[in-house]
Amino acid sequence: MAREAMEYDVVIVGAGPAGLTTAIKLKQLDPNLSVCILEKGSEVGAHILSGNVFETKALDELIPNWKNENAPIKTKVSKEKFLFLGKKSSLSWPTWLLPAVQKNHKNYIISLANLCRWLAEQAEKLGVEIFPGFPASEVLYNDDGSVKGVATLDMGLDKEGNKKDTYQEGMELHAKVTVFSEGCRGHLGKQLIKKFSLDEGKNPQQYGIGLKEIWEVSEQQHQEGLVMHTAGWPLDSKTYGGSFIYHAENRQIYLGYVIGLDYQNPYLSPFDEFQRFKTHPAIRKMFEGGKRISFGARALIEGGIQSLPKMYMPGALLIGCDAGTLNMPKIKGSHTAMKSGLIAAEAIVENIKNKADLSIYEKKFKNSWAYKELHAARNVKPSFSWGLILGIIFTGIDQILFRGKLPFTLKHKHADHEALKPAKEMPKIEYPKPDGKLTFDKTSSVYLTGTNHTENQPVHLKLKDPELPIKYTLQKYDEPAQRYCPVGVYEVQKEKFVINSQNCIHCKTCDIKEPSQNITWVCPEGGGGPKYGNM
Amino acid sequence: MKILVAVKRVIDYNVQIRVKEDGSGVHTDNVKMSTNPPDDNAVEESVKLKESGKVKEVVAISIGEDKAQETIRKALAVGADKGIHVKADNYIEPLGIAKILKKIVEKEKPDMVFLGKQAIDDDCNQTGQMLAAMLNWPQATFTSKVNLKEKSVEIVREIDEGLETIEVNLPAVVSCDLRLNEPRFASLPNIMKAKKKPMEQINAKDLGVDLTNRIQQIKVEEPPKRKAGIKVANVAELVSKLKNEAKVL
Repeated sequence: MAREAMEYDVVIVGAGPAGLTTAIKLKQLDPNLSVCILEKGSEVGAHILSGNVFETKALDELIPNWKNENAPIKTKVSKEKFLFLGKKSSLSWPTWLLPAVQKNHKNYIISLANLCRWLAEQAEKLGVEIFPGFPASEVLYNDDGSVKGVATLDMGLDKEGNKKDTYQEGMELHAKVTVFSEGCRGHLGKQLIKKFSLDEGKNPQQYGIGLKEIWEVSEQQHQEGLVMHTAGWPLDSKTYGGSFIYHAENRQIYLGYVIGLDYQNPYLSPFDEFQRFKTHPAIRKMFEGGKRISFGARALIEGGIQSLPKMYMPGALLIGCDAGTLNMPKIKGSHTAMKSGLIAAEAIVENIKNKADLSIYEKKFKNSWAYKELHAARNVKPSFSWGLILGIIFTGIDQILFRGKLPFTLKHKHADHEALKPAKEMPKIEYPKPDGKLTFDKTSSVYLTGTNHTENQPVHLKLKDPELPIKYTLQKYDEPAQRYCPVGVYEVQKEKFVINSQNCIHCKTCDIKEPSQNITWVCPEGGGGPKYGNM
Repeated sequence: MKILVAVKRVIDYNVQIRVKEDGSGVHTDNVKMSTNPPDDNAVEESVKLKESGKVKEVVAISIGEDKAQETIRKALAVGADKGIHVKADNYIEPLGIAKILKKIVEKEKPDMVFLGKQAIDDDCNQTGQMLAAMLNWPQATFTSKVNLKEKSVEIVREIDEGLETIEVNLPAVVSCDLRLNEPRFASLPNIMKAKKKPMEQINAKDLGVDLTNRIQQIKVEEPPKRKAGIKVANVAELVSKLKNEAKVL
């Protein structure tokens, strides 16, 4: 029997900054359009995690009077610092020597989750229907191969996939245009890129993992509006990454660490590097005596335009980081994601009203300020494959002298999962034991994320070959899933590979970094996953 | 037959509660809120009884700030017919809640009031009992099974010694345990239909009941942190430590 279906003009998958922007803009352009958003989190914002220093450019275009609408954008950046860390030392880099893209004096320190909650309110006021707790789990196609819409996940299945008393069949949502805005490594976006060969002729996508904590500190330690970044220790010069430390309102500090997932050493644990980073003398003093109140992690896009896939296909668009619009040297993606959402809405209206081809979306995007800044940023990340020092020198020349206008484009040569070297060739890393005050273990961290998945449901982390982790990955790479997963979902216990999927915070790192691409992340039952507050 | 089912909006059970530094309460800003879990069971059971044909109408009520309407909408989405939102911006103790519910019962004239056995935020476990006393109705608390008859309801309740089966005459107040049932998911079309179901709004102040709180909250603080455990080598050491250090033997 056919599933129940609902018809919309536009169905949007994912209530992040890009999806919400598209929805709002669509309704501004034509209030009669029917628009709905599916969101896998239990509420809008529950799965949003970002730094975030926010550039308002795209929001100014979307809602010019946001200041009068009580938008949660209050803390203006007042001071900036950049530190190079040695093991014990630190060197402050003068801010006038930073490339223009890294200057933030016009920007704001915000919680992106709260901004999304506010955007959702604006969207609902305009008549957009938002359904939190309903993951889109399947792309539907028309007979001619174009995207017809999506289906929501069947709910109420047990571990073996049998129907429980609460079983409820998923339903189909059909749309004239379906917009995919799942964020980095969206599990439907990934399928679409493959099916429509959207990445043909592009470099392999590059990713990072971002970990974040929110701390409450004393007044003396707090300097509202201060934005600080670091590079260097504890990472070696071959590993791309660094920290952010943003002093937000209410004596809170947003502290985070980003590590490129092209790291080579299978013994590296991004979570533990982040914990270790906090013990640096220059950093420790900022947090000592304070209290950690939140934790979370999420993969992010680092590939830039070299890896940006074709963003349209028959019946559907990829927007934001489901395509990959983050500006890596700027360490920002919200404004470009929102801009892609704005342009998507314009293209959709022209498509529905005047039968314009959806390819105008990509054309318009390539003519926008968002693409221009991504173009200027394109050579920074690949230059760091030469190591930290050469990367910095090159970036100085590229960004300060030439402002991103050098007449060539560096390539990303490998996908992140190909970067790992065999365990026996790499040094083991001994991480210090957490003290429970400044540094923590994974168990107490996942507790802060409010993560839960209904226990008796199918495992949402699928192994293509269930034998591979023990037979191959453990031998060759000492099963790095034990370390790259920031919340300890994967464990090797007595030659058995255990998946604690109920702890999964939906960061997607395993789906990206597993050396044989053996792990596939699929949607768990709606409402599962983290319940982030102001992340 | 008609059921009035009371639902409360509380901090989601998965969220780690953060106590305010000044000890005046807990943080609720940007915190995920949900229906109090046993209230979900109360709604589910009411809807099941309606589906069985024994009950004609299910009315969901919530008392609290404007956002309590979301909690009512959720009850409507899984099958309640009508909502009542009693607007109150300040915290009201179980006694005040029971008084409000009594007023609504007098107006709506239900045959049964269903509610959760207690709310997971204040853990009072008082509202159902107080309401029954004020209405002079029989009460069935900690209900894990409901068998509705023509003029009475047979209830299985969980007590320390095991299971107790009682039968109470209608009208009655029934407080529900988590084991009563497994609440269903709301479907997308039903969520949309719920937006169009009637929702009456009443101001708590207009009900003419005394809502003054009788209890003064002095301080809220986190429970003390548990100290890390130690490993002992053998039974002898364990006994010696229990005797000499813990002094429990």
